[in-house]
Amino acid sequence: MSEQERQVLLDERSLERVLARMAREVVEKVADLDSLVLMGIHRRGVELARWIAADIARTEGIPIATGSLDITLYRDDLMAIGPRPVVGETRLPDGGIDNKIVVIVDDVLYTGRTVRAALDELADFGRPRRTLLCVLIDRGGRELPIHADIVGKRYTVEGRDRVEVLVKEVDGRMGVELVKGGS
Amino acid sequence: MAQALFPPLGKDLVGLEGLTREQIIGILDTAEPFKEISERPIKKVPVLRGKTIVNAFFENSTRTRISFEFAEKRLSADTVNFSAGGSSVAKGETLVDTARNLEAMRIDMVVIRHSSSGAARFLGERIASNVVNAGDGKHEHPTQALLDMLTIRDHLGRLEGVKVCIVGDILHSRVARSNIIGLRTVGAEVAVCGPATLMPARIEELGVTVFRRVEEAIEWADVLNVLRLQLERMQAGFVPSLREYNRVFGITEERLARAPRQLLILHPGPMNRGVEIDSAVADGPHSVILQQVTNGVAVRMAVLYLLAGGKPEAAEAAKTEVAL
Repeated sequence: MSEQERQVLLDERSLERVLARMAREVVEKVADLDSLVLMGIHRRGVELARWIAADIARTEGIPIATGSLDITLYRDDLMAIGPRPVVGETRLPDGGIDNKIVVIVDDVLYTGRTVRAALDELADFGRPRRTLLCVLIDRGGRELPIHADIVGKRYTVEGRDRVEVLVKEVDGRMGVELVKGGS
Repeated sequence: MAQALFPPLGKDLVGLEGLTREQIIGILDTAEPFKEISERPIKKVPVLRGKTIVNAFFENSTRTRISFEFAEKRLSADTVNFSAGGSSVAKGETLVDTARNLEAMRIDMVVIRHSSSGAARFLGERIASNVVNAGDGKHEHPTQALLDMLTIRDHLGRLEGVKVCIVGDILHSRVARSNIIGLRTVGAEVAVCGPATLMPARIEELGVTVFRRVEEAIEWADVLNVLRLQLERMQAGFVPSLREYNRVFGITEERLARAPRQLLILHPGPMNRGVEIDSAVADGPHSVILQQVTNGVAVRMAVLYLLAGGKPEAAEAAKTEVAL
């Protein structure tokens, strides 16, 4: 991919500012922080959830439970995605999610199918008191009636373009980039 | 576990022969997250919802069938068990008839166990559905070998360079054959040990070391995969007596005590306690036999998942006409 086809939407400092604001919004919306569980969607959502949880823990002075959801087995397009669907890790925090306030964290909200799969998977693990959706980027283009409760940034992105969220743990750097004509 | 993409398995899993190292490691890596599903409060994911799987067991095997059935149900497939007494029917005809009936019932996958070597391939070449070999004659038992490899990797952290000795009836064992092929493909060193009467001619050509004395095997190995001595082998004159077999080839605490390192003990089950393995060993700290059973479900889930993940047109293209 050539550099000309990439456009930086958020650099590292801007991304951290956006994440810090999202962390404040989580605290505002979830008064009972003892019941809060942040479940990141594999993979970059997991790292974003950890970042937000660490930020809340630092500012509020209490540990925040996190977990990870891999939605591969709940996708509705297994037969269409080719013969090598890779399954990742699903991990619940100690104490599970029953009666908890679960905030699902993902990097990009697009069609809504990933979130639908995540809700299905979550229901197999227990019954949260309340579930919220927190996404870093809402790029529009929904194919299901799903909306996020907390949004870092909204962009209107053409279907053929791709929004890439970069996190240190996976990509070695932080930021958000638009890839023109990406698939 | 971090996973890289690996070449697709194709339509069927007939054996480990012909699979690459990347494909075998890919199956094991895929099995890792499936272990966790069996620990969940709801031990089910919807990945094969709406798929119909037939377990066609022409030869009895309660534990393999149950393991496949658990794997299928945990993936939300609909399952039908089909068993037939294979001994009284002409085998070729039965399989062709079975293939035609299964096709007519619009099923998606078949798990087949058959006493004839090559039965799984025979069926796979004649139907569009995915076929998984659950043991065919003396040929292969790929999912057993995969679960053995997963169990070894769980405990030793690697397969490459691990020394595995398969002890017992190598001649009649599809488990031994699949293990030899699979383990060698992933870079393990493989040896066999057993009575000369139960050792195939020219077994060394498969790239394995042959030990005539179990003490030598114990001294060499990191892992012993102890095979069940089928009791009809004694009646057929392959071994003089069970007591004699145990005296010469039995895995006992006393023998293991002389091992230079702590050995991992595997057994595909069911065990003849006091014949090929003593109870103290089977239930002892070296034994990972029950973990093999647990891993069996995860490995079979991974295989079914990976075969089902292919594009339907690939399965259709693999279909060949049944020449009647």
